[in-house]
Amino acid sequence: MQNSIWIYILLMSGATYAVRVLPLTLLRKPIRNRFFRSFLFYVPYATLAVMTFPAILHAARSPVAGGAALVLGIVSAWFGAGLFPVALICCASVFLLELFL
Amino acid sequence: MKNSKEDKTTYSGWDRRAVFRQGLRDGIPVALGYFAVAFSLGITARNAGLGPFQGFLISLLNNASAGEYAGITAIREQVHYAEIVLVTLIANARYLLMSCALSQRFHPDMPFFHRFFIGFDVTDELFGLAIARPGFVEPGYFYGTMTLTILGWSTGTLGGVLAGNALPERIVSSLSVALFGMFLAIIIPPARKNRILAGIVGLGFLSSFVCSLLPVLSSWSEGSRTVLLTVLLSSLAAFFFPVPDDDPQKEKADESHAE
Repeated sequence: MQNSIWIYILLMSGATYAVRVLPLTLLRKPIRNRFFRSFLFYVPYATLAVMTFPAILHAARSPVAGGAALVLGIVSAWFGAGLFPVALICCASVFLLELFL
Repeated sequence: MKNSKEDKTTYSGWDRRAVFRQGLRDGIPVALGYFAVAFSLGITARNAGLGPFQGFLISLLNNASAGEYAGITAIREQVHYAEIVLVTLIANARYLLMSCALSQRFHPDMPFFHRFFIGFDVTDELFGLAIARPGFVEPGYFYGTMTLTILGWSTGTLGGVLAGNALPERIVSSLSVALFGMFLAIIIPPARKNRILAGIVGLGFLSSFVCSLLPVLSSWSEGSRTVLLTVLLSSLAAFFFPVPDDDPQKEKADESHAE
């Protein structure tokens, strides 16, 4: 049996809202537990890195172009390009490489 | 960003319209970036079998790039309902931290109901804008930043689902990596300044790659692997490299990755 996309959307949205609104409404004091604070601090980097690679290789039609997008994205972000420019550079590198691949 | 000249010592000591307009204006570049990235998310959603309205709705209600990407991937893999909740919680866990930080920045006299509306849209970028406000964060400012950015994000996703069908495959292929570009723009600059973060990013890439090849783990859903590796890497880092107590730099680090 297929699970319903609507229920998925509902569950996702509820979970996302809870993550944001619970600290705003319940935790009005700063978190004191050092391990938990550190854990929360590191989570975004771990999760975004894990989601980016190797998934970016399969996102484009050609894995080589996806890999090039990864490298150029890292380099441009390293030199301080913002959200939009980095996204644009990744897209452009895939587009140009796939002309030849 | 302009400094507000109003008296912020009393809750009503600022011009609400001016503050809202300021938020609206600060939101414009963010909204443009969101539109482009959401477009790529819409293509992912279309590939996972979502319709245009479903894509629009998912972005309207979630306002989360990584969380939505993880959730949409989970939908594609038809995971158990409990799993999508877990995956979404982990992919969005950073908002827990941001909301904690943001909750410290409201005026004590701010009516409580505002927290329910602001809690709808704590994103990396809007958190960054809000936290950069001098003094207290005015709810009106936050609502100003929300207005165009939610519009850009949700209509961008809608556009991605719709036009993903119409656009040439070459264009779709190149737009598909925009989301990952945004992830890189979030994690790389702080990793450049902090060796521990750089280590986490590098290990994240490596472990995720290895897990996608290992016999048992590769049969797991992408979301489950993300949860497992995130918890593992972050726990290890928190255990071996705890962030200092009451470190004002910590919030600064959050800001810098929030663009």
